[in-house]
Amino acid sequence: MRASETRLQDEEVRRTMRRKRVTIDGNEAAAYVAHKTNEVIAIYPITPSSPMGELSDAWSSGGRPNIWGTIPHVVEMQSEGGASGAVHGALQTGALTTTFTSSQGLLLMIPNMFKIAGELTPTVFHIAARTVATHALSIFGDHSDVMAARTTGFAFLASASIQEVMDFALIAQAASLEARVPFLHFFDGFRMSHETSKIEQLSDEDMLAMLDEELIMSHRARALSPDHPVLRGSAQNPDVFFQARETVNPYYAACADIVQKVMDKFARVVGREYKLFDYFGAPDAERVIAIMTSGGEAVHEAVNDLVDRGEKVGVVKVRLYRPFSTHHFLSAIPKSVRVIAALDRTKEPGSAGEPLYMDVVNAFVEGGAEAGFKTAPRIIGGRYGLSSKEFTSAMAKGVFDEMKKESPKNHFTIGIEDDATGTSLDYDPDYSTEADDVIRSVFYGLGSDGTVSANKNSIKIIGEGTDNFAQGYFVYDSRKAGSVTISHLRFGPRLIRSTYLVSKANFVGCHQFVFLEKYDVLEPLVEGGTFLLNSPHGPDEVWDRLPRQVQEQMIEKKVRFFVIDAYKIARETGMGVIINTIMQTCFFAISGVLPKDEAIAAIKDSILKTYGGKGEDIVNMNFNSVDRALENLHEVPYPDKATSKIEIPPTVPEEAPDFVREVTARIIAGKGDDIPVSKMPIDGTFPLGTTKWEKRNIALEIPVWDEKVCIQCGKCSMVCPHGTIRFKVYDSKCLDGAPATFKSTDARDKEWKGLKYTLQVAPEDCTGCGLCVDVCPAKNKAETRLKAINMQPQAQLREPESENWEFFLELPEMDRNNVKMNVRQSQVFEPLFEFSGACAGCGETPYVKLLTQLFGDRAIIANATGCSSIYGGNLPATPYAANKEGRGPAWSNSLFEDNAEFGFGFRLAIDKHAEFATELAKKLKSELGSELVDGLVNAEQKDEAGIYEQRQRVAKLKEKLKTIDSREARQLESVADMLLKKSVWVLGGDGWAFDIGFGGLDHVLASGRNVNVLVLDTGVYSNTGGQMSKATPRAAVAKFAAGGKPTPRKDLGMIAMTYGSVYVAQVAMGAKDEHTLKAFLEAEAYDGPSLIIAYSHCIAHGINMTMGMHNQKAAVQSGAWPLYRYNPDLAAEGKNPLVLDSAAPKIPLEEYMYRENRFKMLTKSNPREAKRLLKIAKQEVMARWKLYEHMASMTYGSDSDQDGG
Amino acid sequence: MMDLSTTYMGIELRNPLVHSASPLAEDLDNIRRMEDEGVAAIVMHSLFEEQLRQETRELYYHLTHGTESYAESLSYFPEPEAYSLGPEEYLEHIQAAKSVVSIPIIGSLNGHSAGGWTDYAKRIEQAGADALELNIYFLPTHPGVTGAEIEDTHLEILKSVKTSVSIPVAVKVSPFFSAMANMAKKMDDAGADGLVLFNRFYQPDIDLENLEVIPNVLLSTPQAMRLPLRWIAILYGHVKASLAATSGIHTAQDVLKMLMAGASVTMLCSVLLMSGIGTIKTVLEDMRVWMEKNEYDSIHLMQGSMSHRRCENPSAFERANYMRALTQYR
Repeated sequence: MRASETRLQDEEVRRTMRRKRVTIDGNEAAAYVAHKTNEVIAIYPITPSSPMGELSDAWSSGGRPNIWGTIPHVVEMQSEGGASGAVHGALQTGALTTTFTSSQGLLLMIPNMFKIAGELTPTVFHIAARTVATHALSIFGDHSDVMAARTTGFAFLASASIQEVMDFALIAQAASLEARVPFLHFFDGFRMSHETSKIEQLSDEDMLAMLDEELIMSHRARALSPDHPVLRGSAQNPDVFFQARETVNPYYAACADIVQKVMDKFARVVGREYKLFDYFGAPDAERVIAIMTSGGEAVHEAVNDLVDRGEKVGVVKVRLYRPFSTHHFLSAIPKSVRVIAALDRTKEPGSAGEPLYMDVVNAFVEGGAEAGFKTAPRIIGGRYGLSSKEFTSAMAKGVFDEMKKESPKNHFTIGIEDDATGTSLDYDPDYSTEADDVIRSVFYGLGSDGTVSANKNSIKIIGEGTDNFAQGYFVYDSRKAGSVTISHLRFGPRLIRSTYLVSKANFVGCHQFVFLEKYDVLEPLVEGGTFLLNSPHGPDEVWDRLPRQVQEQMIEKKVRFFVIDAYKIARETGMGVIINTIMQTCFFAISGVLPKDEAIAAIKDSILKTYGGKGEDIVNMNFNSVDRALENLHEVPYPDKATSKIEIPPTVPEEAPDFVREVTARIIAGKGDDIPVSKMPIDGTFPLGTTKWEKRNIALEIPVWDEKVCIQCGKCSMVCPHGTIRFKVYDSKCLDGAPATFKSTDARDKEWKGLKYTLQVAPEDCTGCGLCVDVCPAKNKAETRLKAINMQPQAQLREPESENWEFFLELPEMDRNNVKMNVRQSQVFEPLFEFSGACAGCGETPYVKLLTQLFGDRAIIANATGCSSIYGGNLPATPYAANKEGRGPAWSNSLFEDNAEFGFGFRLAIDKHAEFATELAKKLKSELGSELVDGLVNAEQKDEAGIYEQRQRVAKLKEKLKTIDSREARQLESVADMLLKKSVWVLGGDGWAFDIGFGGLDHVLASGRNVNVLVLDTGVYSNTGGQMSKATPRAAVAKFAAGGKPTPRKDLGMIAMTYGSVYVAQVAMGAKDEHTLKAFLEAEAYDGPSLIIAYSHCIAHGINMTMGMHNQKAAVQSGAWPLYRYNPDLAAEGKNPLVLDSAAPKIPLEEYMYRENRFKMLTKSNPREAKRLLKIAKQEVMARWKLYEHMASMTYGSDSDQDGG
Repeated sequence: MMDLSTTYMGIELRNPLVHSASPLAEDLDNIRRMEDEGVAAIVMHSLFEEQLRQETRELYYHLTHGTESYAESLSYFPEPEAYSLGPEEYLEHIQAAKSVVSIPIIGSLNGHSAGGWTDYAKRIEQAGADALELNIYFLPTHPGVTGAEIEDTHLEILKSVKTSVSIPVAVKVSPFFSAMANMAKKMDDAGADGLVLFNRFYQPDIDLENLEVIPNVLLSTPQAMRLPLRWIAILYGHVKASLAATSGIHTAQDVLKMLMAGASVTMLCSVLLMSGIGTIKTVLEDMRVWMEKNEYDSIHLMQGSMSHRRCENPSAFERANYMRALTQYR
């Protein structure tokens, strides 16, 4: 087919769209069909497939029925393993059942998938394909997960566009019922699951027409039922298992033809035609690329262009990947082909080639000649797009160009620079297939300013309100505080196949002025393009405020330049910092995508639709913003020479280490794609303490210390989530050379008499969350609104305070032996966790930071996947840091579900090595000296002094070992450090501890080994966007609990206490910081398993994050969160091990609950249910309090013995 | 047979005890019990337009805050199809109250915007309220705001509400008008069917320990009734509007005094919060006992009998009262 014909077809798509047109993303497209065509949906949240489950739950909660008029049951399970078990059970009992997952989640389903397929059960699993964690976790898309499941016996159907996601969801459902082979329907995570696109929505009639009801009845008839009982799932032996396994062959043999038959029926019913292998390109093609999913669209674009230029190329899009039909595949390929390149979006190290490549090779070996290929084509394979790496039409052309060569590279990579093993192909990044009549826009915004929601809205307006096609894709930050978003939008008259970012934009919107110094925002803008800037400087001043490089780019590209002060308007219209409507209006006013008046009317109409349900006030605020935006938008003329003296500063300072400059800094600057293979660590190992090199400057205001008012309580430092407010106590001599504005006062504590005290803020790292100011108890007596720290604008403080911070860091650290273990003194310990990317005001990180202050220099941390692994380990930079001696927390993340076991493994290795070291030391006693050896092996190491002494001994041991020439000495050298007590910590959220990891956690707690578990309990899956966990309190609204959680929170602490051998503490720093500190110290000191459950306020609670510590306090005061410590050592002393550390409930539960939107929103969505659940929750709180009180007052020891207890 | 009935804004009541706007009315059980105990009408707790606006904005903020920032958590809450962000809950409550008791139910409204006053007033009427009490108050903290402006605002609100509803409308006023009598007359002219004297404000305190200002409500003490007592006595006969007494009415004696000063009804609040709903019965019983003893067979007889116009010594209600008291004391 000529390329021009394909284009005509693409335009034809629009004219033939008869059904409802919707602009939705891939997840919604899949979930729409899945929800309409199933009865039971069992899921577990995992990025990027979570929205499919969430949408299904929302639809069922809202009463939306499936095509047979009944509302599907949607249930959230404790893990994907659990979800697949429930799916298997529901299928066996005859329900039409589905699930959604990705990555590790799919791997957990594999055992059940074998069973489901082995039992010939029809079902469709919809997979937003995501990278499986190897050297690192990645939430982004590739096929490593689905390819790991290809031995299960599921059929694989691959969608390449959002329209196909909807179409194939239905085709898979229909085919599965007929074939009795279960289907895995997959599409690219993020690139497709999160790309918004205009598509035609299938109707209920379409679905009813496609699904044969007789087949559904047959499925039900096969179900387990006591009314016609059978046994399924026997255990078989060597005599018959093999034969029984071969019985399924006819079903697999028939499957491909059934799918094609269903596709043909779909073409008749709906009008869109698909083939198992769809070929596009020159009929006499000599070079053909075989590829699955969205990458096929980028290749298709390149093929269109190259065929127009006379090249003989083509693409075969693989739809049905399993069962792989060699016959259909070979039939799809032109006989003229000379070279085939199979592109795989996965890597299988050690294999003969990646999966699709191997299948293509095999197809030709097995059936090439028979199918009429006189000479076997050369077949090469290559990898592309791992972890959502861009795959563009330029890269596709790069592959076609390689195929022209006499000896094209095999097992190549495309899209990266592999300077280590030379696999990568060169390509011309300037090659473009973007059509002139497509409006291409890039918007830079902050997560908090509403840019993405505005753009999603614009896509809807254009997609649903006009004949144009629309596409949106959004790139998010890896940090949660001050996160940057980049939106890529395309609007055009025909189907958009560009499944890659916009690199040639005719419109760039920069919604934050400060980005001009951080990112190359004008890079994607084409000559003559339009540049819209949100600027606090008006049209007359703005030119002089632009960095020189920006001015030069504007002149060179002859940019049309517009400014608006959106923040000013937002303030005036009551929108606060949300500038979405304002910037959206400006975009429509100047981009020409729609006639202006029509666009404004459409925006207002959309505001009504979006906000109508949220109150008239919100609607008016937005309307007003639209009008004011138009009045305040200015085109700015500018000179033809750059005049600015402002230079863009380097991303990191010159003195940063090589790795930071060559790798970290490039990632920070958004240039990570250009980093070659040779620069990346080979095994996922990264240096510590690199967050300090990125000066993010995201705070508008920072705390300023008033040393005269300060009572030196240490609370501000304790609660700081980012380690940006610290104090030091030092000799006055250290003040020599202090910067002019450096503040210092006398230390107040009597132990520190004669020393100086400074509280210092890191101005460029502070997020401005204000938690510190909120908890500061010291008030200025003359003006009580002021405290000992007060928020002031950061801009003018940035320079002097940076200098002060540098000076502060150089002050000596306090000798740890001279510090009392209370909050006011122990906060002098250096945090070895700083400047993480957690949300501003995060409630988890203060606990993590405290852990590193107390034990960081000998801690090893196993971190469950979740928020804490993301702010702890997501690139670009590492917040865990080492002290001046080079010691600090060693950190790793294994999986979500196995974290307790992972940390337990740390303990086993450390204990083994400590034991081995002891054995060796004893063996070498004569050489080492008995005093040293006895000291080493008998060291108590109970407190800082004990640790210090052991450190000296270990150092001495190492010195001595240097002089001993023996195998044992060398062995001992390698394990000597293990003689110093290591603090093993297992960190994770409640999703891990209460749900997916509970079994393992329980086992580890029961083991008796010295492992410290810290549960950062937000009562919700925070990282994946607020899904209910078993820690979610009753009456709280969460995803999968839209009507308020109807059941109580699991009492994990109580469960752990039943062992009697586990140290358990429930803490809330905001309620009682000394108690938190005490619990950490006791847990670490306890020679056995410890569990600390830490109340962590969270953005997912819908709270004012500045006052998070107040919410913690209210939780405790209301009795919702009793504080306690359970120490088995006390029981050994004959005392009651349980100490209740908070008072009986003294404020009504609702006073706590209704501070938080998670509870309050139920009073707005379902007031009656809110009242009912509140009443039950109140009874529960009181009952639990009484139970604890009773337990804490029980008599232990001899008395209870007498009682016979 | 002792006749305790009275007429308030044209509505016949079985006695002059009315429940003043308080949180007690938020609970249907309380409303039922108050009727059982003998209260003659119930003024519901106030619908605060500003609070609804505030809650709407708060919800909007929390549902959008932190969203679309990080790829794994593009939102944090499920989005239900609809929220009841308007006065629906309040209106449903009025409907429910009307269905469980037969005594009149009086809605209470604190508007914020001009449109809000009239819109909510209409909806309260549609919900079945027998009358409406406008809970108007401004704390004119800005030195540039004049008394005249405040007065005009009151009158504008009253007029616009009066034109939008047909049920009787009372105004609950504050005592801080420099010319109370004149203001009462203006409200009377503007169509007020009732004047409720007086509104009480939150009275902030200072927490010496924490150096914080604590806004809280102090329940009224019996001394508080002196202020409305005087003004009801003065206004009686000068305005067409019914006069309702509120503040510090705790006993039968207090009720009797207010009636004699000229009140059509007396409103109880603090005493019910402090001593329970059962107090209503006691007050009614005590009234009967006193009236019997003093040979009053109806309260119509006593209403206004001790007002400024009808009492023996009207100057006692005037400013001289204070001077004389001092003189006598000396």
